[in-house]
Formats: sequence, structure tokens, C-alpha cells
Amino acid sequence: MTGRRIAIVVAIIGLVIVPYVITEVYYVNIASQILLYAIFALGLNVLVGYAGLVSLGHAGLFGVASYAVAYLLAAGFGHAVAIPAAIGIGLLATAVFAALALRASGISFIMITLALGEIIWGLAYRWISVTHGDNGINVTTRPAPFGLPLSSARGFYDATLIIFLLAVASSAIFVRSPLGAALCGTRDQPRRMNALGFHVWMIRFMAFMFSGLLTSISGILFVYYNEFISPQALALTASAEGLLMVISGGAGTLLGPVVGAALVVIVKNVVSGLRFTVLSPMGFADLVKFVLNGLFQHWNFLLGAIFVAIVVFMPEGLVPGSVRLARAAWRTANRSKSARPAAAAPPAPVAEQKR
Amino acid sequence: MTFWLLLTVNSVTFGGLLFLLSAGFSLIFGLMRIPNLTHGSMFMVGAYLGSTFLGGALGFTLDFWAAAIISALEVAVLGALMERLLLRRLAGQQLAQVLVTLGVSFMVADLCLMGWGGDPISVSTPAGLGGFVRVGLAVFPLYRMAVIGIAVVFAIALWLMLERTRLGAMIRAGVDDPQMARVVGIRVSRLFTIVFGLGAGLAGFAGMIGAPILSVYPGLDQDMLPLALVVVILGGTGSLLGSFLGSIVVGFIYNFGQALLPELAYFVLFLPMVLVLVLRPQGLFGGRLL
Repeated sequence: MTGRRIAIVVAIIGLVIVPYVITEVYYVNIASQILLYAIFALGLNVLVGYAGLVSLGHAGLFGVASYAVAYLLAAGFGHAVAIPAAIGIGLLATAVFAALALRASGISFIMITLALGEIIWGLAYRWISVTHGDNGINVTTRPAPFGLPLSSARGFYDATLIIFLLAVASSAIFVRSPLGAALCGTRDQPRRMNALGFHVWMIRFMAFMFSGLLTSISGILFVYYNEFISPQALALTASAEGLLMVISGGAGTLLGPVVGAALVVIVKNVVSGLRFTVLSPMGFADLVKFVLNGLFQHWNFLLGAIFVAIVVFMPEGLVPGSVRLARAAWRTANRSKSARPAAAAPPAPVAEQKR
Repeated sequence: MTFWLLLTVNSVTFGGLLFLLSAGFSLIFGLMRIPNLTHGSMFMVGAYLGSTFLGGALGFTLDFWAAAIISALEVAVLGALMERLLLRRLAGQQLAQVLVTLGVSFMVADLCLMGWGGDPISVSTPAGLGGFVRVGLAVFPLYRMAVIGIAVVFAIALWLMLERTRLGAMIRAGVDDPQMARVVGIRVSRLFTIVFGLGAGLAGFAGMIGAPILSVYPGLDQDMLPLALVVVILGGTGSLLGSFLGSIVVGFIYNFGQALLPELAYFVLFLPMVLVLVLRPQGLFGGRLL
């Protein structure tokens, strides 16, 4: 346990000093993006990982909060009004989503959330008198809480980091709480939980609301980060990207969605700018580089391919998957070392994090 | 009056197109219990391939119908390959299968962008159907009438296939009760490949047929897939009649919504889908979902 605490402290220190290590504004902004998408992925993970309900409409919820804050700011309200109001509107939309979608589970749940997400997207795209359609809404200022302006990349990163840490902590508390345990129960054995007297619907509803809260917060951060919101941010593709973050990292773990968010944001922003130099008479290495160059240019293709590869080959996600591989490797190494009968048996693997 | 008439004809045309797209979607959904999220991609690939054949590829130029049929066959092969190589590996894991189709749809969209660029490609109407029909004061494009005709022909052909042939009987058995179908000796996994190929081919064909009306552009897949979803939810899965009626209804909702309530067009389109899913999950016209 202490080892784990040390790891957490090191991780936090590492995150805090990021803007001092990589001073380039571009990379600090990428780091902010990773954190804000990580909050989104953590929110989606509550449903996908712990409740076993796959939502393909979360970009819609994200968008409700984004548009609410942008609209209120454009209408002349201050940040102190717009942010809480946007969270409130986001939660209201979440309640409607939950009330409709929780009548089903499995594939039907996916379909209902998808349709709801498309409704929100359709409104953002076509309800021009409110949303300005494809032109989107510009937000000209970032707030300055306690006199600390968020207008610089570093200031914004710090604020996002604080919110991110709060989101991780609250997710951890939620998952370890009796409610979180009951939620995992409804995922694995909904009927038994029902028979045991748990209100399955209410437990799922609470999880949905918590998920909606994190999603709304990330939506608001997104608006402030881009200082702009347009329907593209809430299209089906955006929901799918969120799902990709959760599933690639490892649904049902706390670290997984964060890793997944980093993966997706890095592939989208950094890898798409990479180019290897290829020598003209191509050797094998050059051929590989040539193919990689092509892939880097087309990050959407790359994301899709990663998605397919992870679902087929590592369905539990990168984090639990690599933990499993590392453990297996460690075990075999241990076994070959301890050929003598007196050697201690390899310690029983720590109970799986997932379920 | 002319306005309403034109709107009605457009709605029926669009409904016919949607039927070609969603009949396969509905069969796949009914048989394999998964929404095939690459269906919009199949539609787009069919349109792109067809437009390429039309413009002359590999040194010879095809006429419209030949291009439509050849591109449909190619897309059918693609669909069957995808089922065999990817979905087969995940048999029984519906969620994983849905996610794989989602990933593939990303890949296909980007491949099309690579191959055909970002500019929309317009496809001219086939020779002989560029004219108009005059009914009273209203003037209808001949091609739209032809689309309605094609949809009806396909609907009848598909119905005959499902109701009158051995393959159709096996598909119906598989939709109704896959386990029992296996027990009586039907190779349901082979049916999966056939139906997936058939559905993909129909979608590809629809793409080419729709190209003179919609043109071909990146994002066409994302525009069409949700429509197919709405149709199948309204009509119920695995039911041909359901997807036919659902297509016409959605054609009307879509066109009338665009014309009368442009700001709320998508709201009016997806609201019925949500309501049906929540209140009547088996679909409006019998059938059943899951």
C-alpha cells in the first residue's frame, strides 16, 4: 500500500511540474487537453466500466454543458453565473438521458444514448438562432478565479490539473464507496442484486448522474480551452472517441481512462505531425517508415485501427492488459529462477483490480 | 399544392433509398443481434467506387447500372470479408462486435478520404433518366421515379427470397431462434457471412443509386448511418416489411422536417426513435428488438 502511495505522490508531483519541464506552449496545451479529456473519459468510465452500460451519446452531454456556458457568456453573464448554471443544465440533461436510457441495458442502451446524442448534435447543428449552427459560439474570456488568470497556457494547465485531481479523487471515492460496490454488482448480476433488495435502477441512475457531472465539467473546460464551441465537438465521432479512450486504456480501472485519453490526444495532435525521412532505395526499415508516415498523416485511420486491435487482441484495455502481461512475464522469470524446491512460491497475484 | 406534391414525391424517393440501405441493416441486426455501424461506410464506399467506374477506371468506362452492380458486388465482398475475418473472431461478444464495427467505420472513412480526396463528387443521372415527368402543374424528375421503382423491385425480390427460397427460410429460422436453427442443422455462422455480404452489397448499391441525388462526399457515412438506425428501430429488426414501412415513414419525417422545421429537423427525426426505444422496444410494426 505504501508503494502505491509513493507512486501517487510521484505522479502528482510529475503532473505539477509538467509545465516547468516542457515549457513550449504547444505541449503545455496538449497536456491540458489530455487532462480535460481524461475527466471526460473518467466520467464515461463510470458508466462503461463500473455500470456496464455503454453510452454512445456522451458527447451530447458534453455538448449541453459546453453550449450552455458559451451561450450564457455570449448573453453577457459572468463566469460565476455561467459555470454553475452550465453544470446545472448539464445535470438536468443527464437526468433526462438517464431516465430514458435506463429503461434498457445492453445494445438497446447503446442505441438510445446514440439517438439522444444525435438529437443534441442535431439541435446544435440546426437550431441556428440559439447555437449559430456550424459557425459555433465564440467565448472571448477565460475566468480568473481568486485573481489567478487562466489566459496563459500554464495558468490553464494548473486549473485543469486541480480539477482533474479532484475528478480522479472523487471517482476513486465513488468506486470504493458502498454505492460503487453495489454498482459493480448491478453490472455483474443485476437480477441477484435486485433479489437482494438493491434498487438497481436507482443505483444506475446515481452512477449516470455522477458520470454526467464529470462530463459537464469537462465540457465547460473544453469551451474555455478552445474559446469556441461548434457542433463538431458533439458528433457521434466525438462520443466514439470518448469510448475509445475508456476502452483502450481499460474500462473499469481508474488509471485506464487517463492513459486512454493521453493515447487518443497524442495520436490526434502529436503523431499526426510526425514524419520520418525515407531514403529513396527503400530497405525494409524505410518501407516501415514509409507506411508509418502514411498512418501518421491519417490519424483517424490510426485511431480506428487501434480501436479494432485493442478490442480484438486486448479487450481488457492497455492498463490491465499490460499489467497481465507484465505479471505473466514476471511469474515465468521467477519460476525459472526458483527451480530449487525450497524457493518460496511466487506470491499470489494481487486480486484483480477489475471486478 | 405543387409544393406538397413535390415534397411527398421526394419523401417517397428518399424512403425508397433508405429501404435499400436499411433492409440489409435490419437483416444483420435481426440475425446477429448487433447494429452494424459500418453500414453507412458501405453506402459511401459503394458510391465512391461507382463514381470511379463511371468516370473511367483501369482504362474502360462503365455505364451507370454496370457501375452500380459492380460496386455493389465489391462492397458485398468487403462486408463478407469483414464478417469472416473480424466479427467471427468475436462470436458471441455483441459489445465487442459493435465496437469493432465502429472502429472499422473510422478506418473506412479515412481510407475514402485518402483515396478520393475531400471534394464532393457529383454523379450525373444515368442516360435516359435525366428528364422530367409532368403531372398536372407539378414536374417530377424522372430519376426519382426510377428510384422508387428500383426500391419496389428490390423489396419484392427480397421478399420472394426470404419467403420462397431455402436460403430465405434458413435466414428466417436464424432470426427467430439461432440456437434451434443450429440444432436442426443450419450452419448459422455461414448465414452470418451471407447476410452480412448481402446487406453490405445492398448498402453499396444504394450508395450508387443515391449518388445522383445526394452526391458523394466525406461524411456521407455519418449522415446515412443514423437514418438506417432510425428506420430499423421504428420498423423492428429482422423484418422486411418493418424496414419498408419504417423507411417510408423516415423519408417523410426527414423531408417534411427539413422543409417545415429546418431548425428542429434532426430533433423531429430522432425523437420518434427514442420514443419507440423507450416505449415500444419491439418496433412499431411488430418484429422485435433483441
